[in-house]
Amino acid sequence: MDLSYTDEQNAFRAEVRAFLQEKLPERLSDKVRLGHELTKEDHEEWHAILNEKGWLAGNWPKEHGGTGWDAVERHIFEEETTQAHAPRIVPFGINMLGPVLQKFGSKEQNEYWLPRILNGDDWWCQGYSEPGAGSDLASLKTEAVRDGDHYIVNGQKTWTTLGQYANMIFCLVRTSKNGKPQEGISFLLIDMDDPGIEVRPIVLIDGGAEVNEVWFKDVKVPVENLVGEENKGWTYAKYLLTHERTNIAGVGFANAALENLKRIARLEMSHGKPLIEDPLFAAKMAQVEIALMAMATTNLRVVSKAAEGQAPGAESSMLKIKGTEIRQEINALTREAVGPYAMPFVSEALEPGSNTEPVGPDYALPMTKTYFNNRKLSIYGGSNEVQKTIISKAILEL
Amino acid sequence: MKFDLTEERQMLQDGLRRFMRDSWDKSTREAVLDGDTGYSSEAWQGLAEMGVIGALFTEDDGGFGGAGFDLSVVFEELGRAGATEPLLEVVLAGGLIARRGSDDQKAVLESVIAGETQLAFAHTEPASRYDLDRVSTEATKSGDGFTLSGRKAVVVNGPNADHIVVSARTSGEVADRDGISLFVVKKGAEGMDLRGYRTMAGSHAAEIALDNVQAELLGSEGDAFDDIEWAVARATGALSAEALGLMEACRKLTADYLKQRTQFGKPIGKFQALQFRMADVLIEIEQARSAVINLCGNLDQPRDLRERHVSATKQLIGAVAKLVVEESIQMHGGIGMTEEYDLAHLTRRLTMCDHRLGDTTYHLSRFTRLAAA
Repeated sequence: MDLSYTDEQNAFRAEVRAFLQEKLPERLSDKVRLGHELTKEDHEEWHAILNEKGWLAGNWPKEHGGTGWDAVERHIFEEETTQAHAPRIVPFGINMLGPVLQKFGSKEQNEYWLPRILNGDDWWCQGYSEPGAGSDLASLKTEAVRDGDHYIVNGQKTWTTLGQYANMIFCLVRTSKNGKPQEGISFLLIDMDDPGIEVRPIVLIDGGAEVNEVWFKDVKVPVENLVGEENKGWTYAKYLLTHERTNIAGVGFANAALENLKRIARLEMSHGKPLIEDPLFAAKMAQVEIALMAMATTNLRVVSKAAEGQAPGAESSMLKIKGTEIRQEINALTREAVGPYAMPFVSEALEPGSNTEPVGPDYALPMTKTYFNNRKLSIYGGSNEVQKTIISKAILEL
Repeated sequence: MKFDLTEERQMLQDGLRRFMRDSWDKSTREAVLDGDTGYSSEAWQGLAEMGVIGALFTEDDGGFGGAGFDLSVVFEELGRAGATEPLLEVVLAGGLIARRGSDDQKAVLESVIAGETQLAFAHTEPASRYDLDRVSTEATKSGDGFTLSGRKAVVVNGPNADHIVVSARTSGEVADRDGISLFVVKKGAEGMDLRGYRTMAGSHAAEIALDNVQAELLGSEGDAFDDIEWAVARATGALSAEALGLMEACRKLTADYLKQRTQFGKPIGKFQALQFRMADVLIEIEQARSAVINLCGNLDQPRDLRERHVSATKQLIGAVAKLVVEESIQMHGGIGMTEEYDLAHLTRRLTMCDHRLGDTTYHLSRFTRLAAA
């Protein structure tokens, strides 16, 4: 048992930190720190900066233009970037589609799509959930029927995050109704500019519209956009989900959120003293910090196993549950910390380029929005209930 | 011992429930959330005509109720509908005018009860958080009256109010109980800068900057603290009852959804894991109902007993509200996070109850102090 990082790992951390100091634009880190909305251009700018350094695809092997980092290096990078309030890497192309293409795609698909992901030529989004297929994803109904050199796609996807920016969508579609529902699913790449596709924004509880419904009506998709084999899409989808979950604990996000909470608790006054000196509030903060300290180590235990080449299995379900619970509790405490100033709903002040003055302290305004928005953490990527079912079956064998 | 409502209150509850169901539908909500005032003037007029505003005052003050259980009946129904009409401001500002005002000043209550005059209570300040004694706005004698200078924070219904009851210090230090006085300021008073905005609860509020604003003293000078605490106790009973109504509405939506939503070939309400969680939600809401009864039944008791119930009830309500909000959204899944679905507004408004009149931490701490005293 050795809890320290190696010299090489420490040197890597220093290198990442120096890079962020030099290259992360303050304009972007300020937005992230204050909870302001990032534009499409903001995301693209940060991706380009990372890509120039060769650090955009932390989970890709070098042969495909990735970093070739192991799980510990990825963890260090994630810790440093969140601490520096860098924008998150938009996951759909880099973290989700990339690994699927590398594992199951054809040589042509890899040669065509992977560089376009790195260069920002395509903005990908995910077409998984449907109105009737959420936790029970395998019951999806969007249909692709083979017609010569094309598939004809009809149906509806939902909760498509940042679909409004995307020009490409990777979709799970039904190509067979025979056998178990899992056995008739295929993985298809679809151009969002194709006729017959309509994107409708869904306004969420926090007033934002980051998710969309995507409708398909007789959309023609060339057969070369099928990934892997027909009717094997479920296997690829599950592979994608484990990749989506490698960073699922969100330790970096939790640490950054906790630091922000403490900063606010020092500034907020309660009974004429800083809130952080209120013993009851301090105890609530301590409780979540204690849980986070342990969870960070649980995460490192899984990360270091992964670095030795063992694929994360049901442990990632555990990390997802604990990680999201901790982040949500920090969000709830931060909302509580800002007191009466949790009430103003002046979203305009958080929008890009807005001149609207916030109401109350500038740190207070996004906190109720963040609290509500992050209720999604325990719903998306397989709800925490689905994760518990996985743990019950895969670890406990119940 | 009897926990049934009196016949009159039962009639009030039934009538109000019907009225709110008809007048606070989805299109009303959407219009209110997009609108300029944060409430529906049609619903407000309807409430006045039904005598609901009058039910918040005693007969001596021109009303037909005013007891704790009148408040709880009215506010639970408002909550059940997710309504945003500024009745809590009537309990606060109207209650203080009734308690402290001269006959002349109390004359306004008739038009309040008729739904013609809007009120607000400007007490919270940017640094006061939930403390009732932390008042730094200053009142200075000027001729026959006073002028006020200072800042007031998150004044709910401030942008709509014709009369604002404002607290200010006529003597003493910032956190002294003695030296706090109350004043009435009229809409558009010179030197009053009011920035209005909408809140997460759907109501509108204002930041108010006062710069030598002419104001009329309400009651006598320097002794307003006890009455503020009294009015806030009543408002806490009302707000807790509203939270209870909101919880019931969230529970109903969620239980209905569990019956309708099918995944893995059956309604998700057939999964025992969700059944048990829904049962926990129900148990906690019944705790909340009892807490509301505890407070509303003790509002006329001596100060020590009353205030113990204020903090006990508000603490429990805040904790149960968080559970109900988070479990309702989680058991719905994605749909529970969409603006279009009824749950979004209900859970936002319910969550905001913890940011008015003291939150769970504030009241837990206050309860331990009151219990030790």
